[in-house]
Amino acid sequence: MGKTIAEKIFDAHRVDEPFPDTHVLKLDRVFCHEITTPIAITDLMARGMDRVFDPTKIKAVIDHVTPAKDSKTAEQGKILRDWAKRHDIKDFFDIGKNGVCHAIFPEKGFVRPGFTIIMGDSHTCTHGAFGAFAAGIGTTDLEVGILKGVCAFHFPKTIKIVLKGSLKPGVYAKDLILFIIKELTVNGATNMVIEFTGPVVDAMSMESRMTLSNMAIEAGGTSGICYPDMTTVDYLWEFIKDEFATKEDALKEYSKWVSDDDAEYERICEYNVTNLEPMVTVGYKPDQVKTVKEMTGTRVDQIYIGSCTNGRIEDLRIAASVLKGKKISENVRAIVSPATPAIYSMALKEGIIEIFHEAGFCVTNPTCGACLGMSNGVLAKGEVCASTTNRNFNGRMGKGGMVHLMSPATAAATAITGSITNSDLYQV
Amino acid sequence: MKTFSGKVLFLDRSDINTDEIIPAKYLTEITKEALKPNLLEDLVMTGFNKDDIRDKAVIVTRENFGCGSSREHAPWALEVNGINVVLAESFARIFRQNMYNCGMFAIELPKETIDALFANYAGKDVAMEIDVDANKIIISADGKTETIDFKIGAFDQTLVKEGGWVGYAEMNY
Repeated sequence: MGKTIAEKIFDAHRVDEPFPDTHVLKLDRVFCHEITTPIAITDLMARGMDRVFDPTKIKAVIDHVTPAKDSKTAEQGKILRDWAKRHDIKDFFDIGKNGVCHAIFPEKGFVRPGFTIIMGDSHTCTHGAFGAFAAGIGTTDLEVGILKGVCAFHFPKTIKIVLKGSLKPGVYAKDLILFIIKELTVNGATNMVIEFTGPVVDAMSMESRMTLSNMAIEAGGTSGICYPDMTTVDYLWEFIKDEFATKEDALKEYSKWVSDDDAEYERICEYNVTNLEPMVTVGYKPDQVKTVKEMTGTRVDQIYIGSCTNGRIEDLRIAASVLKGKKISENVRAIVSPATPAIYSMALKEGIIEIFHEAGFCVTNPTCGACLGMSNGVLAKGEVCASTTNRNFNGRMGKGGMVHLMSPATAAATAITGSITNSDLYQV
Repeated sequence: MKTFSGKVLFLDRSDINTDEIIPAKYLTEITKEALKPNLLEDLVMTGFNKDDIRDKAVIVTRENFGCGSSREHAPWALEVNGINVVLAESFARIFRQNMYNCGMFAIELPKETIDALFANYAGKDVAMEIDVDANKIIISADGKTETIDFKIGAFDQTLVKEGGWVGYAEMNY
């Protein structure tokens, strides 16, 4: 019997199996941000264990509330900043250099096929797009990761999603993942890895694959994994070119992180997505999904384009292509948050920021802020947001607010009309 | 080891998420105690009253409890309110592991058992106690006692008995 990619990564990283179905894995990366890490740091200090297992494998960023909005968030940033300095953690991204964790860490080349990665953030599953096993964990697991470079997991069964056909113009990875979550339901993949495979994924950019993997957790998934291929190698090439003579050599090496044909799956779901329409969430759970056409005309108060799901350059380009030469509706306000400084720079150079400005968007610095209702675009009670983020939980973007998750194209079209709108109205 | 006995709060809804258990705006707190007044602040459930939380030590609920964020603030918010046990049909992975990592119980029970707990005890003055060594839940109501068996893995049991994962890992890795 063959193995899934997750099994192969587990086998290559297992350092102990202290109890039945308890796999202690060696970690290649421990990612940290200023919301869940400071409590881990202060607890380790209180225990007299203020150590790190390997400062080169720990990467840290201030991203959730930045610049700090009050004394409490300033304190959180300070704890992380002081800790990074104290332990010589070189890859620490402070204000001016910081971006949304799940966008900036891949962009810096920190994620590689076959890696094990943890972070105190549920959307850590994003990094599976590179053929890694990346999982969100809590503060205690983070403490142990920082201290010992290990984390314990139960064996992950795998659901394989096979995506056939090709996406229509105006239909994107976000629409696809909303459709998949609707099919799997919010706990359909709990304790399992989701593999995204098939010609549709093969044709996707790394950015789109990250959008897919990012929302695996919304179906309960531990990690959302795409197989590494030449697209992965191309993305990583500037970081790995000294390790390999040619891209083909890199691809050959990374190809060991692909599931075997005879691997055992919990479930295999095959979809032909050629007729898939743009999708949008309608309730307080990410599996409550309808087509944009069914929801057309639903009034919104705010548009938000950004986040670890859809704040990358590809997303901004798509939104700008819809917005070019247009103004947002007088009945809405709109915010765009490029996910990293590099994305912001690219968007500036390409004239995308100007398009957003002229349309009437507020362009913010890179931050997670609005997505979880912490800063930079919190909703008031009774307000509705058209958002490219990943969670529509009750109160997520502000107490008493309502969130409709959608693609950047749909969000841009919605900004123009002030109500949920299919982007095909504005796309040639 | 923590204590695992007391009155029961029944939450008759599936998919109660971490944002409902403790909203993100409180993640700027750096002490667990500060989370105490905000437990279940955004819970959407007909008939739920925040005062229902008072003096409870156990939650009985449905499927996929704790879905969403990885925030360990969710178990902490329970802990500082004296709730160290949640019984449910199923849990989200990260929440479940966070509970055991904190030395708390997240016990999965079959749907029929949870149904029976709601049918027989919801709305009553009921207390439960976890017998950690025997893997039993002892239920007391109306002067009567019922016992239910449960199963958890050896790893989880070790974490409960040793009070969490940091100490165990420091000793072993």
